[in-house]
Amino acid sequence: MKVANFQAKKPIQRQNKVWNKLKRDRYLYLLGLPGLLCMIIFKYTPMWGVLIAFQDYSPFLGFLKSEWVGFENFTLFFNNPDFFMLLRNTLAINLLSLVFFFPVPIILSLMLNEVRNEVFKRTIQSIVYLPHFLSWVIIAGLTFTMFSTGEGLVNNVLISLGFDRIEWLTTPEYFWGFLTGQSIWKEAGWGTVIFLAAMANVDPQLYEAARIDGANRIQQMWSITIPAIQNVIIILLILKLGHIMDVGFEQVFLLQNSAVSSVSDVFDTYIYRVGVKQSQFSYTTAVGLFKSAIGLLLVILSNKMVKKAGGSGFY
Amino acid sequence: MRESLGERIFANINVILLTIIGLISLFPFYYVLINSFADPIEAASKSFILFPETFTLSAYEYIFSTKTFIRSLGVSAYLAIFGTALSLMVSAAFAYMISRKRLFGHKVLMIALLITILFSPGIIPNYLVIRELGLMDSLWSIILPGLLSGWNALLLKTFFDGIPESLEESAHIDGANDLRIFFQIILPLSLPALAAFGLFFAVGYWNTFFNALLYISDPDKRPLQVLLQGMLVMSETGIGDPTAGAEAGQQVPPQTIKMAAVIIATVPILIVYPFLQKHFAKGVMLGSVKG
Repeated sequence: MKVANFQAKKPIQRQNKVWNKLKRDRYLYLLGLPGLLCMIIFKYTPMWGVLIAFQDYSPFLGFLKSEWVGFENFTLFFNNPDFFMLLRNTLAINLLSLVFFFPVPIILSLMLNEVRNEVFKRTIQSIVYLPHFLSWVIIAGLTFTMFSTGEGLVNNVLISLGFDRIEWLTTPEYFWGFLTGQSIWKEAGWGTVIFLAAMANVDPQLYEAARIDGANRIQQMWSITIPAIQNVIIILLILKLGHIMDVGFEQVFLLQNSAVSSVSDVFDTYIYRVGVKQSQFSYTTAVGLFKSAIGLLLVILSNKMVKKAGGSGFY
Repeated sequence: MRESLGERIFANINVILLTIIGLISLFPFYYVLINSFADPIEAASKSFILFPETFTLSAYEYIFSTKTFIRSLGVSAYLAIFGTALSLMVSAAFAYMISRKRLFGHKVLMIALLITILFSPGIIPNYLVIRELGLMDSLWSIILPGLLSGWNALLLKTFFDGIPESLEESAHIDGANDLRIFFQIILPLSLPALAAFGLFFAVGYWNTFFNALLYISDPDKRPLQVLLQGMLVMSETGIGDPTAGAEAGQQVPPQTIKMAAVIIATVPILIVYPFLQKHFAKGVMLGSVKG
């Protein structure tokens, strides 16, 4: 039967259209449902939960009945000397990583790219990729095996050569260096994947032409290979700047000890220690929210810059 | 074209340097492996062993005689197998749903997924949600939050984007519904990608440490990495239960046991590594910037 009222016709048709689409794709929605539920429960409920940063949250009263305190937790944190310590440690660790870690995969992939023997190249690649897949617990274990004061290999070698033991892991001055070193050992090889892929895309004719023009290997690297990966370098650098507030919890947590606490605490280890261990939920949620908000801002900014630099960004 | 002398020197120095880098990457494993097989008496008398004079499996025998280690190994294996299977199913199904552009609301779902990647509420809100759900001390606390990881779902979605919708349309005409299409056409077509993601998930579950640290305090449900943390980092001497293996523990110095534990925890990674390696370069490129 035709609908007589002309003005009512459009919305009804539209509703039907949506309904028909929903009905048509009901099995697709069914497929996505478990994932959707997981997302709502484990990703979006906690986002709502950050509101306890503005409360004096008590687990006994619950979220709904706890008292609202505005920005009190934030002022408490900003006025705490810990705030500057955490910020300093986080920025220092990341800046060290930017200066010392960041160039390593680039140099390593340039070196690998110059290898003509495919078998040797693949072997080295497999070896340097491997540490990426080990847990930080294993990495920490290996670090202790090498550097601990009592049983560590390095100290025992030093002793047998007639030197004194060095307290590698309990001296605050060395701590950031050890974190950087661990990162290089674990991730530098893995970092070459993307550069090597970019190098593989270079047209071989460019190298041939350069050789005919008399360019040696170094000159070829300088004027063909490096320009070819230049964009990737810039983009990765910008993306890294977007994560300058992030230091991996596990790496720091597993290496830290009471002797180096002044240089080893970062936001996440602080939140774990004060929040989880001492149940100061509202205060540490505020700390976490501060970190997440800055992080979000930096990631959005860096993504914008990546797009300006000619990359596709990640959204 | 012949290489000049300078080029040959350059190439040789390069190979030597890369060999050194390779050795630096491998050396800690070599040292740990050698010492895990070392005779306890030799290990105690020398300050370090670079080449073994004796060879014994006593550290491994001890470890496998303790219930604690076996149990943790079991927990980690369970997480790696069961968790991976579930994560793969849930993530792939969700990714498939948002990859179909005809779907009403596919853009909203896509944005919702992106938000979870961009903004993380932090440790405490996650912790409180797990607590409120009563999942503390349950292995579900490790599996459930990881079922849909934003990054992996996004990468899978990119993969499914490449499967043309016309393929389904013809299946639709033949009378198949979306469930059938997904399970009987899409999944078999995507096996190589699923294998790659599965291995990545499995490594992730095997290496789970932080979530277990937060949510699991029952010693019977401790994954391997948490047990290892106790042994390696906090230097708790005993993985031995009060009952089994305590007398054996007196004969074997803890150092060789630690080394053996590291080796045992690494072996599964080494086993899946060759399979993983085939896929990961592609996986990384899929998810990263195209310069």
